[in-house]
Amino acid sequence: MSLDVGLQTDPETYGATATDEARRQIEICNACRYCEGYCAVFPAITRQKVFADGDITQLANLCHNCRGCYHACQYAPPHDFALNLPRALAETRAESWERLAWPRPLAQLFQRSGVALALALAAGIALLFLAVLGAAGQGRGFYAWMGHGAMVAIFLPSFLLPLAALAVSLRRYWREVGGARLHRRDLSDAVVAAGRLRNLSGGQGQGCNYEIGDRYSDARRWMHQAVMYGFLLCFAATVAGTVLHYGFERPAPYGFWSLPKLLGVPGGLLLTLGAAGLIWLKLRADPDLGAPDRWGGEMAFVALLLAVAVTGLALYAATGTAAVGGLLALHLGSVLTLFLLTPYSKMAHGFYRFAALLREAQIARGARR
Amino acid sequence: MTDVPGCMDGDWDVIVVGGGNAGMCAAIEAAEAGARVLILEGAPRAYRGGNSRHTRNFRCMHRAPLSVLIDRYDAAEFFDDLVRVTGGETDEGLARLAIGMSEECLPWMEAHGVRFQPSLSGTLSLGRTNAFFLGGGKALVNAYYNTAEDLGVTVFYDAQVRHVGVDGRRFTHVEVEHRETRRRIAGRAVVLAAGGFQADIDWLARAWGESARNFLIRGTPYNRGVVLRDMIDQGARTVGDPTQCHAVAIDGRAPKYDGGIVTRLDCVPFSVVVNRDGARFYDEGEDVWPKRYAIWGRLVAAQPDQVAYSIIDSQAIDLFMPSVYPPVAADTLPELARKLGLPPERVSRTVADFNAACGDGRFDPQNLDGLATRGLDPPKTNWARPIVQPPFYGYSLRPGVTFTYLGLKVDAGARAAGPTGPYDNVWSAGEMMAGSILGQGYLAGFGMTIGTVFGRLAGQGAAAHVA
Repeated sequence: MSLDVGLQTDPETYGATATDEARRQIEICNACRYCEGYCAVFPAITRQKVFADGDITQLANLCHNCRGCYHACQYAPPHDFALNLPRALAETRAESWERLAWPRPLAQLFQRSGVALALALAAGIALLFLAVLGAAGQGRGFYAWMGHGAMVAIFLPSFLLPLAALAVSLRRYWREVGGARLHRRDLSDAVVAAGRLRNLSGGQGQGCNYEIGDRYSDARRWMHQAVMYGFLLCFAATVAGTVLHYGFERPAPYGFWSLPKLLGVPGGLLLTLGAAGLIWLKLRADPDLGAPDRWGGEMAFVALLLAVAVTGLALYAATGTAAVGGLLALHLGSVLTLFLLTPYSKMAHGFYRFAALLREAQIARGARR
Repeated sequence: MTDVPGCMDGDWDVIVVGGGNAGMCAAIEAAEAGARVLILEGAPRAYRGGNSRHTRNFRCMHRAPLSVLIDRYDAAEFFDDLVRVTGGETDEGLARLAIGMSEECLPWMEAHGVRFQPSLSGTLSLGRTNAFFLGGGKALVNAYYNTAEDLGVTVFYDAQVRHVGVDGRRFTHVEVEHRETRRRIAGRAVVLAAGGFQADIDWLARAWGESARNFLIRGTPYNRGVVLRDMIDQGARTVGDPTQCHAVAIDGRAPKYDGGIVTRLDCVPFSVVVNRDGARFYDEGEDVWPKRYAIWGRLVAAQPDQVAYSIIDSQAIDLFMPSVYPPVAADTLPELARKLGLPPERVSRTVADFNAACGDGRFDPQNLDGLATRGLDPPKTNWARPIVQPPFYGYSLRPGVTFTYLGLKVDAGARAAGPTGPYDNVWSAGEMMAGSILGQGYLAGFGMTIGTVFGRLAGQGAAAHVA
């Protein structure tokens, strides 16, 4: 029989591009459907017969890499169909972040040599701060080392400019996946899904197949929650400090029973625990079920989060000692690096993932109607 | 799990031959009863689990909603369903045993790591009778291997049992080939759960006829019936028609082995099906597809070259679940026929004759709509709607073998029998003895029911024997 179409099971058709390979695998999944109960990706697949590039981008960003489907797959290698959907989607996902990033080359650079870049950047910035620190000297606490005005002048643009770059990317994403106007229900659905990391739950709360092969474990979800809520607490602490500073003319330093510290210390502890946990889990997990090319970039990002948390806590612990200067430089260096790299590092995944959850809530709502 | 050949020698209470669903249930039961258990799995680790890898659900009797199962499905209805598909070719005592025990098996499965999910999209009609495995049969297999490992069961992969040593009525040892060395392993009891012989094409061809060489094997390439053959040669009592296999019509482009679920094709009721010569040969609309796919395996097997072609038009392309392969498409019927390698004029005439025989009426893809042809031989008795709207699509169909019926005869305790009566210490479970209950036809999810029930019984029996 002659054919004018390639078959998804012909090895010649495998993996021309990450998106094509993901599409090939998704079409096989759509004829099987055994994995429907694991996460939102599979019900989303069953709603369609034909998958445009934008559909693949959306599915890739919806996948949380829990790996349940890989271990359950009757077509996983060495089967000829060679299904490894967690990897195909991870590679498509990473590629989509690079494609949608603005400006694009920065993302590609980070994804491929993340550890080196983050280290160099953090060290460089810390050195700069060290140089600057000598010059300052007004104020109390760490403001004795670097003035408040200087800090704001450096950090405000470093925070806002990456966010602006990210906004450009997310707009591109929304257009690529065919997103429509948002409904309030979409937002609440997405917040719940993200807040509980529902798509890392294995569908029934048993967790994912990450660090111990085909056995389930919820460790990754817990560690990720610690990072996410720890980061949000730290961020809230910063906001609280800003409000106290400008709204109530109460500049730092703050005592332990103040809002910035009550939010920041547990936040820093959670972030430390979560980031260390994620590093440990990542070292035990099989890199071939993710995007092996981006392993370094992902690891650098988690390490950076850990550095931010540890230096922050150390800085607080060193209050009143001579170590404050050096620790402040390290802390500010790592925070600034984290901010600057947000649109180009794994940090961006939170934003894309949330957009994907929004879009999924939107499509599911439309399908129910 | 250890994989050092030296560890195979040991003081084994129970040797389980075959690490699919039935073998794992037996191993877990025996280990929980305190037996030292060795599993010899013929496949490498990645392909462990036999045909259980490809399964997706478990048919289960229940008197009230149970786990993911809705409503009720009592023993009488279950048995009626079985009698209908087997045409009465079943051992009623064993069948009622399997049905009756299925209800307590589901909670047992959950307690041993199996997870269920609600009925898959496109299979809602099974939500009452069949409990679907979260992730499918391979996830179930993984769960059982983890449970067995936690119980201290030893597993060897790539361990092909070549001979089961029996002395009179007593099992003494197995001879196993592992990494090109053959070794003898003694044990106090054995559970044979090594599947049917459908992957041995030569055997299939001897049993069915030469045309079986054109059949595709839907499941594992490792079920070659070596252990079954060895037991038959030693005079073990058998059941099931040795010439028959369960074959369904699947996409003709599927791989020779192991294509599994994605190669099924659900378009036949909405199509005309022609053979290699472009002629129709059977009523495509006789009944809904879940009740007809099994007979189409035989129908296609009887056609020249064991191949057929299902032709639809653009009106029908969205009426069935997507198959893994895209259809062959063309704007005209002769062009489609050429692409499919069929005689264009003959195909055009067959479709034209069909179209001319179609009458008026309401087309209803979900139900038997009675929209039948008039004066056509063979008729199409439902969904007969003219095939007129381009593009036209074609799929090739071939018989896909699921399992063979020949197996070992067992009693209500899953114990196998030799020429002089029941063996002292040989049990059998799963596909290897399912022919006792499924003499012909198939009931979705019932293979897993038989495997679970008789696997557990075999494990319990073997453990009690060695205790």
